[in-house]
Amino acid sequence: MRYSAFEIVKQAFSGNRHWKPAWREPQPKPHYDVIIVGGGGHGLSTAYYLAREFGITNVAVLEKGYLGSGNVGRNTTIIRSNYLLEGNEPFYEFSLKLWEGLEQDFNYNAMVSQRGIVNLFHSDGQRDQYARRGNAMKMHGVDAELLDREGVRKMMPYLNFDHARFPILGGLYQKRAGTARHDAVAWGYARGADSRGVDLIQQCEVTGIRRDETGRVLGVETSKGFIGCNKLALATAGHTSVTGKMAGLDLPIETHVLQAFVSEGLKPVIHNVITYGAGHFYISQSDKGGLVFGADIDYYSSYAQRGNLATVEHTIEEGVSLIPGLSRARVLRAWGGVMDMSMDGSPIIDRTPIDNLYINCGWCYGGFKATPASGFCFAHLIARDEPHYTARLLRLDRFQRGFLVDEGGKGPQPNLH
Amino acid sequence: MVSYRLAAGGLVNRGNALSFTFDGKIYRGLQGDTLASALLANGELLVGRSFKYHRPRGIVTAGSAEPNALVTIGAGARSEPNTRATVAELYDGLAAASQNRWPSLAFDIGAVNSLLSPFLSAGFYYKTFMWPAAFWEKVYEPLIRRAAGLGRLVTEADPDRYEKAWAHCDLLVIGSGPAGLMAALAAGRAGARVILVDEGFRLGGSLLSDSAVVGGLKAADFAGQVLAELATLSNVTLMARTTVFGWYDDMVFGAVEKVQKHVAHPTPDLPVERLWRIVAKRAILAAGAEERPLVFGGNDRPGVMTAGAARTYLNRYGVAVGQRVAIFTNGGSGYGLARDLTDSGVEVTALIDARRESADIAPESVRLIRGGAVTSTRGTRALKSIIADRSGFEEEIACDALAMSGGWSPVVHLMCQRGARPVWSEERQAFLAPDVGAAFVAAGSAAGLDRLSACLRDGADKATVLARDLGFAAYETEIPDVAGDYDPAFAPLWYVPGSKGKAFVDFQNDVTVADLGLSQREAYSHVEMTKRYTTGGMATDQGKLGNVNTIGIVAGMRGVSPAEIGTTTFRPFYTPVSFGAMAGTARGEHSRPVRRSPLHGWAARNGAVFVEAGLWYRSSWFPREGEKTWREAVDREVRTVRASAGLCDVSTLGKIEIFGLGAAEFLNRVYSNAFLKLPVGKARYGLMLREDGIVYDDGTTSRLSENHYVLTTTTAYATDVMAHLEFAAQALWPHLDVRFASSSDQWAQMSIAGPKARIILQRVVEDDLSDAAFPFLSAREVMLKGGLAARLFRISFSGELAYELAVPAGYGEAVADAIMEAGYEEGICAYGVEALNVLRIEKGHVTHNELDGRTTADDVGLGRMMAMQKPDFIGKHLSTRFGLTAADRLQMVGLKPVEADAEIKAGAHLLKENAKPSMVNDQGFVSSACYSPTLNSFIALAMLKSGRERYGEKIVVWDALRGSEVLAEVCPPVFVDPDNKNLHV
Amino acid sequence: MASLITCPHCGVRPKEEFSIRGDAVPVRPAPNAGAEAWYAYVYVRDNPKGRIEEHWHHTAGCRRWLVVERDNVTHTVFSVRDAADVAKARSGEVA
Repeated sequence: MRYSAFEIVKQAFSGNRHWKPAWREPQPKPHYDVIIVGGGGHGLSTAYYLAREFGITNVAVLEKGYLGSGNVGRNTTIIRSNYLLEGNEPFYEFSLKLWEGLEQDFNYNAMVSQRGIVNLFHSDGQRDQYARRGNAMKMHGVDAELLDREGVRKMMPYLNFDHARFPILGGLYQKRAGTARHDAVAWGYARGADSRGVDLIQQCEVTGIRRDETGRVLGVETSKGFIGCNKLALATAGHTSVTGKMAGLDLPIETHVLQAFVSEGLKPVIHNVITYGAGHFYISQSDKGGLVFGADIDYYSSYAQRGNLATVEHTIEEGVSLIPGLSRARVLRAWGGVMDMSMDGSPIIDRTPIDNLYINCGWCYGGFKATPASGFCFAHLIARDEPHYTARLLRLDRFQRGFLVDEGGKGPQPNLH
Repeated sequence: MVSYRLAAGGLVNRGNALSFTFDGKIYRGLQGDTLASALLANGELLVGRSFKYHRPRGIVTAGSAEPNALVTIGAGARSEPNTRATVAELYDGLAAASQNRWPSLAFDIGAVNSLLSPFLSAGFYYKTFMWPAAFWEKVYEPLIRRAAGLGRLVTEADPDRYEKAWAHCDLLVIGSGPAGLMAALAAGRAGARVILVDEGFRLGGSLLSDSAVVGGLKAADFAGQVLAELATLSNVTLMARTTVFGWYDDMVFGAVEKVQKHVAHPTPDLPVERLWRIVAKRAILAAGAEERPLVFGGNDRPGVMTAGAARTYLNRYGVAVGQRVAIFTNGGSGYGLARDLTDSGVEVTALIDARRESADIAPESVRLIRGGAVTSTRGTRALKSIIADRSGFEEEIACDALAMSGGWSPVVHLMCQRGARPVWSEERQAFLAPDVGAAFVAAGSAAGLDRLSACLRDGADKATVLARDLGFAAYETEIPDVAGDYDPAFAPLWYVPGSKGKAFVDFQNDVTVADLGLSQREAYSHVEMTKRYTTGGMATDQGKLGNVNTIGIVAGMRGVSPAEIGTTTFRPFYTPVSFGAMAGTARGEHSRPVRRSPLHGWAARNGAVFVEAGLWYRSSWFPREGEKTWREAVDREVRTVRASAGLCDVSTLGKIEIFGLGAAEFLNRVYSNAFLKLPVGKARYGLMLREDGIVYDDGTTSRLSENHYVLTTTTAYATDVMAHLEFAAQALWPHLDVRFASSSDQWAQMSIAGPKARIILQRVVEDDLSDAAFPFLSAREVMLKGGLAARLFRISFSGELAYELAVPAGYGEAVADAIMEAGYEEGICAYGVEALNVLRIEKGHVTHNELDGRTTADDVGLGRMMAMQKPDFIGKHLSTRFGLTAADRLQMVGLKPVEADAEIKAGAHLLKENAKPSMVNDQGFVSSACYSPTLNSFIALAMLKSGRERYGEKIVVWDALRGSEVLAEVCPPVFVDPDNKNLHV
Repeated sequence: MASLITCPHCGVRPKEEFSIRGDAVPVRPAPNAGAEAWYAYVYVRDNPKGRIEEHWHHTAGCRRWLVVERDNVTHTVFSVRDAADVAKARSGEVA
């Protein structure tokens, strides 16, 4: 069934009774060419591109909860490609390009909204850093603008320009950045993968990885029994260490909780995505009117999808400092997601020392924007056994070899990234 | 206008009439009213519009779960959107306005959406608006955003104050209804420190709405009696207007107290709200139960509300919700209401009980329809009649209010915020609180109990157990007799079959039974997906009213028990909390502490312009009369330092005193270069790495005596380096005898630099400062004239003859003044961090612009500082990895524009001449740049691929971001005095 | 855990007083341990779901580094010890 305005009208006249299921709810087959563990954004996009780009459709996505129940359904929905390093910028720009054609491609409106992001800076030194980043973006042919204070004021007159502890001096603006409706991204990929023959198997928890005497992966033990495969791909960010351990992998990852929160619905005031440079938080306003905040991780290791109050308070202190009018609005709901914090703050899309085991992990808290490219590049790797050009530096052995992709320059302490 | 206020009854103060406005119209209410009760008393049924269809909506509840009656209260900077009228305490002068309507509440153009609803089914927007692609941002989304949100955010700063506090107690009792009051009483009498909180502005909870007789008193009077006793107990704290919104780890509860939200003109002496972190040894959740609406056609018409709400408006506020009230119930609640209404003389036109039989007894005067159901309602902006169906016979019953009761859901929210899920009870037809351990228990109707007497007893019993558990001698609490209550037991009715028109499960977000059905047909079947697809439960009430009905209906569609469907995740905040309360005092200019150097006053007197540097304010430059730009001042400062002398405040550098027999060994391990043999009285530049081999920070360390060093860090890394050293000493090498103390704030430190520095300084220092007596890198205590002991270091960041003089912070300004006076003839000037930066760029010294967390020592030309012959130092072992030693790494070089007046800016990238810009062609970037008044040219430090091999090469400084391209020559990064002659004069 | 920490030196203190470094299990190798051991120490994390040890610093208190042993799912804290004592015990010295 193809979604369109015409279809909506047609269905409305029959009482919306004949819409087809967005995807099947199949039982697992005994064996697949490729099994993807994790039915979140990256797992589903990997399945979609495997089928769409590489013609591999005998694929199962195994999800222990429901589709999109991981971080794709609990992030702050920001998409952007304003990166500095060669390991990152081309990859995220590839992702943004995929975002730009995504909805037409998978026939699902994920509300990709290129409303622009402004990274505020508050000191000359920070301006220089953003200039360096902006020039790196332009070097790669990506749009970037350096706004001065008045430029920012024009776009965002509601910010605190006159009584701020840290003055707003300007911002790095990427117009093509923006937001997307996170759940719809998962659903669009799921529907697109399903319609191409991929089996999406929910409530199916992987409990073990079965390997032969040579170490090759044979398949996975699951809550629905053993399922065999030729290739196994892990897309379980947040729990990568847990699934990796099933195959004996030691990984450069710590799991941390990241909180986000949203206000009550308000008439739109904030039209762009803003990041605060004198601390760390970002804000945008959703199409329903909620102000969506993201901030730092809670800093301690956690697999619990909930955080503590102090982090929320700290973020709101910064929020009210930047946007004084917030004070009388209310925060509605706070939630947490667990993140693979990698040792250099950048992800890993690579083969593993085990021949037919592939891994996609270490997204820290930047995984959502990467969803299309992550899936595309992972599918490329699985299908061709070689990395996609834009992901060629996001390798597992880079830590050992010293080719780090440390965007923040924070070093091997994961909670600083 | 008809008054719906009854002649007597209620807990309102009839002697104190209050005036308020709603959408500009003036009304009268009474002290003790909420805005909602006052509006109802004035016969105002229509108070809001729903989100999606803009349907006219009235008040549904009398509490914090209200989905419809959201208004904006206050004006200007004090206007507060999305305020629930049902919990807003009325005050004289309150100004409220309806939301999400245009042009007016009564005539709202947006209501056309309701006509289009067949096209606007759940998730319709995911299926369209995709063509053409560019139309989303230009056409569709602006339309959608125009419809977004409810109330309006103000853009002015909040004029009011907020604060935060901690509280500690043995027992926290959440909710002051029957169970909560008795719990507080039992534990309070036992001597436990009790905090009793309630979101309402009057303590007593449901007792305030109850017509029962407790211990011979009216329920509200009984509550008053208990509260009076509690008020006499010094170990009990009563907190009204306080909502516990979150349960966090370690029995920490977040709560927000409305201190002055009920006054027209808040006094600045008090906060308007206070955020509490309550640390409780034990806690009782006595938050009561939420009454479920019934789901039938037109159940959202203004005038339809829960039976409990109607009862509260009647008994607590003395307001009849209608003149002819119909009741639709599936349990005892409707009967209780019918009795209270008839006792108060309000006409009940029909009591429709969905059950065919029950033991409940309707008042004689009331027409009881057993086994009936309401299938639809009529009326445009207010209810006119209902259609009741009994066994297929439809009957229109005229009424102006319909009270409904679909049963009760215990309010278990807080207990489910830390991962535990509520547990479905077939018997109670409700989700009950999970077992979260003995420290936090539910009591009363929050625990699933229904009768008032049972709730009273449960509260007392559970508190007794908890108090005893904490070692208090708690005695049985006498439970008063209860008369005249009703049995709220009910039979499940999730959805009225045969309903006509939209039957809503989520009022605010306009989610209907049909939407739920569609989500199931389309495979969004997991309850979380159903929620996300339909938006049911995502409104400001977070599903308090509708979620259990959603679950019951979906369970029915799938033919399973609600237990199998389960709930969505409960998360903070129980009710929304203002950003103001969360921010507390940390806002605006006070969002973070301010650090000022001990020389701040001196700098200010010398005309400094200050700049934020982390928490510090540093003196940036010192403009003099006639200097029109900052550059003029900076150029002069630099020239003065190079020609004569200048004084710069460097107090913000981190200073760490290090003591102990193991100090030398320790320094030798934390620095990459050798430190074992640093002589007493000498300073040494040191490079600190991270364990991954990347440079962490730099600074000088001086050995003041055999086992006493002072280490300096950069300003930005002072606190991090301190923690890093403490980690190394405590966690890595605890056997080393080494101790630290930060002395960053104890010393005022100034750099005196320039060829005349010695002459000037000698005028204030007793000790001999000749090059022979105090050569380069000397570091020791000296005596200032007048008898002040100081520390003097002969080190130089500028490349000139220079000293850093440290004096106890309190003497800083006096000493700086003395030096300025001593150097007056030589023309000494104050110079700021801008000039300091120019001086160091000219000299090729690195800062964190170059040490950006990705550079090795070798990258910045400090490879010689890697003392690889040492067996161990932090960062040694991983520094030799291939990637960190590759030949094409970025290396620090100098850049000089080919045309001297061409400007280079930091942040520009580098390209080979004629190369196309691309990431592959990117040769590096400019890390620091300035105008050099010494060279009369812009100069820069840059990180360039294999840079040291490329001196003499012409390279394009590519700054497309700021629209410039400058050709520059690559040169060694030291522009001034490359042989360091000036240092040793 | 996430709200309060019982510092062995200062007693129960709010989380805001502490800063957190990460996994406290890896032990710094001997200087001659070889590249693999150093790589593992700096980069590889066991990262189990459940009981873990983590380095916390009582930054706004006694400035001691602590080893907090806790469950990273339930956030229950089992013990808080001074990191120097833990390090000494590991290296065979009596704490």
